[in-house]
Amino acid sequence: MPPSPHSDAPAYAPRNYLNAPETGLRSWLTTRDHKRIGVMFLVAVTVFFAVGGIFALLIRIKLLTPQPAMMSALTYNRLFTLHGVVMIFLFMIPAIPSGFGNFLLPLMLGAKDVAFPRLNLLSFYVYLAGAAVALFGMIHGGADTGWTFYTPYSTSTTTDVVPILLGAFILGFSSILTGLNFIVTTHTLRAPGMGWMKMPLFVWSIYATSIIQILATPVLGMTLLLVAVEHAFGWGIFDPARGGDPVLFQHFFWFYSHPAVYIMVLPAMAVISEVVCTFAHKNIFGYKAVAYSSLGIAFVGFFTWGHHLFTSGQSAFDAGIFGILSMFVAIFTAIKVFNWTATLYRGSISVKAPFVYFVGFLFFLVFGGMTGVALATVSLDVDWHDTYFVVAHFHFIMVGGVIMAFLAALHYWFPKITGRTYPEGWALVAAVMVILGFNFTFIPQFLLGNMGMPRRYYAYPERFQALNVASTAGASVLGLGLLIALVYLLVSLRYGPVAGPNPWHSRGFEWNTPSPPPPENYEETPVITRGPHEYDDEPAALPPAAAHEPEHAS
Amino acid sequence: MQASPLAHHFESLDKQAHAARLAMWIFLATEVLLFTALFAAYSVYRFLYPEGFVQSSRAIETWIGFVNTLVLVTSSFTVATGYGHASRGDGKRTALFFGLSVLLALVFLGFKAVEYTHHFQEGQLPGPYYRFEGVKAPGAPLFFALYFLITGLHAFHVVVGMTVLIVVGVLAFRGRYTVAYHVPVENAALYWHLVDLIWIFVFPLIYLI
Repeated sequence: MPPSPHSDAPAYAPRNYLNAPETGLRSWLTTRDHKRIGVMFLVAVTVFFAVGGIFALLIRIKLLTPQPAMMSALTYNRLFTLHGVVMIFLFMIPAIPSGFGNFLLPLMLGAKDVAFPRLNLLSFYVYLAGAAVALFGMIHGGADTGWTFYTPYSTSTTTDVVPILLGAFILGFSSILTGLNFIVTTHTLRAPGMGWMKMPLFVWSIYATSIIQILATPVLGMTLLLVAVEHAFGWGIFDPARGGDPVLFQHFFWFYSHPAVYIMVLPAMAVISEVVCTFAHKNIFGYKAVAYSSLGIAFVGFFTWGHHLFTSGQSAFDAGIFGILSMFVAIFTAIKVFNWTATLYRGSISVKAPFVYFVGFLFFLVFGGMTGVALATVSLDVDWHDTYFVVAHFHFIMVGGVIMAFLAALHYWFPKITGRTYPEGWALVAAVMVILGFNFTFIPQFLLGNMGMPRRYYAYPERFQALNVASTAGASVLGLGLLIALVYLLVSLRYGPVAGPNPWHSRGFEWNTPSPPPPENYEETPVITRGPHEYDDEPAALPPAAAHEPEHAS
Repeated sequence: MQASPLAHHFESLDKQAHAARLAMWIFLATEVLLFTALFAAYSVYRFLYPEGFVQSSRAIETWIGFVNTLVLVTSSFTVATGYGHASRGDGKRTALFFGLSVLLALVFLGFKAVEYTHHFQEGQLPGPYYRFEGVKAPGAPLFFALYFLITGLHAFHVVVGMTVLIVVGVLAFRGRYTVAYHVPVENAALYWHLVDLIWIFVFPLIYLI
């Protein structure tokens, strides 16, 4: 949906990727411009975010009452499965890397495009194909296995699980293609003067994400295929009746799906690293620590999958090792948290919507992370396993983290992508509602889990009702906040005031080009002479205010 | 005779070739991981059912596996020779040697088909379809489930590799590649070597140990 330049203010770049080389649906669908592909991804993931959100609200409405009501148990099981599948595979995994990553990575590197533009477009269509197959599966019965597809239930369920498995399998290819493209782009298309230590932190984090995407996704692909083969033909790979081992499935599944958590969270950290510098108007504290800790998380993330199997018959020794390795993730995460916080110190902070989301992110990350360390402790996990405590924990850290970062990115780069600004007052209202609503949704769930309420239950004992009602109330506030954000952002696409090339006075490299950027990003290849988050030198060195001046390097 | 293969966003052909080569290596890594999942499953079940796996391994035709190994290694040699010619700008010979490799791949698939037919006749089939009288030890149906998954996925890769060799071979024949730019030939050869290399692991796992 290209916004038309309604205002005649000169700051709006007259020739940009939205209107050049041509407009029209066909030019979008066949484009190889990373910016347009990024925007198409953003539209698609937003749609699926809404779909997954509606599923979540339906679940929460059912849980208002302890008795069976409103829907059958089977429908309820299908709903939470679809909620998980849509939110994870269709929203959180592609949202920031494929959406914002596509748009921003080449801009930040000073490149004209990603290394393989056609592959990039293919990645989008593979995503759509995977989504179509998964949607077909949802309409055609829908699986009731939970998004984890645990065997032997997933191979014996009467619901039609195969299309959803194949959909997730196809989506994996999209993820691999994007990751591959980003790694090669980062290696080969950095502007002259940009060494690895001058790359924006966004790029570092996306690079680490891409490594996980290409190393973990093939294993998930194979695993999902095995489950599909098993469900269709009953070969017995994971079927204990035929000598197979269902726990092997859990190992395979979490070998991908635990690192997948970092496929979701690392890009969120990428966004946050950019936002914190811009809105504190200050150099990042500990650039190298923040950069390398992304790689550290990516590396350690591969050796923690066993913490999902503490109660699955894993040996106590293995469980202990996996527990300790899982805690290493908290160390790398804490390195980032302390550096971001130190960046704020004596900064000149503008409390705009992206900054508010940054604060929310910090809270969810720290609180979710600490409950994560608690869950990685084997003896505690045995008690909390499969309760709402786990549900609340992973929603805090990955959903809270991703939503905060996604919304921060949407507001922060809204002027970059559309050339317009959003209404700050409404944005602050929405941000506060989203953050408070999220807390009111999931803090009761921490308490429910601690009281022993198991996850995925359709009916529950009376004594859990009050907290469930509180959680549903919180979810409604969260949903309303998101709806407000959607409305004013859509309105701003057309009626928002023109932003100018750099409304935030950010020193991020992506702001060195007009907003919205021209189709080839930079009129001439920029030469990088300073670090990515440097606010030291005088503001005269800011990028030119008028888009017509072709100077870019500052 | 052709437009320059340099894409607008690369500064030089060298850089573009470097990018393509890097992408190919990363892609090969994902392929290795795809098979690793199956190899890991194989290891787990071999550990759980040593008897069934050893006896099943003895019950299939080792000589077909051996001949196929020779065929694939030879095809890797012809592919490498074809690449050598491409790097000297001789597209016609590249096409010739890639064609030879495709023929060898067909020989490989032919032997594989003979072998599969044999399994179907004997009832050496996965899971509930297993009817083979020769091996009664537990785990034999799982061995054949993994056998068909691993060799089937490998055969699929052989078919994809053949397609790649044919496309690149035809383009080479038409003189698309030069001494300065022949990275697609290199990538096609890399892919074929991976298909070969995976077989080098499949052969001992399935037939020998």
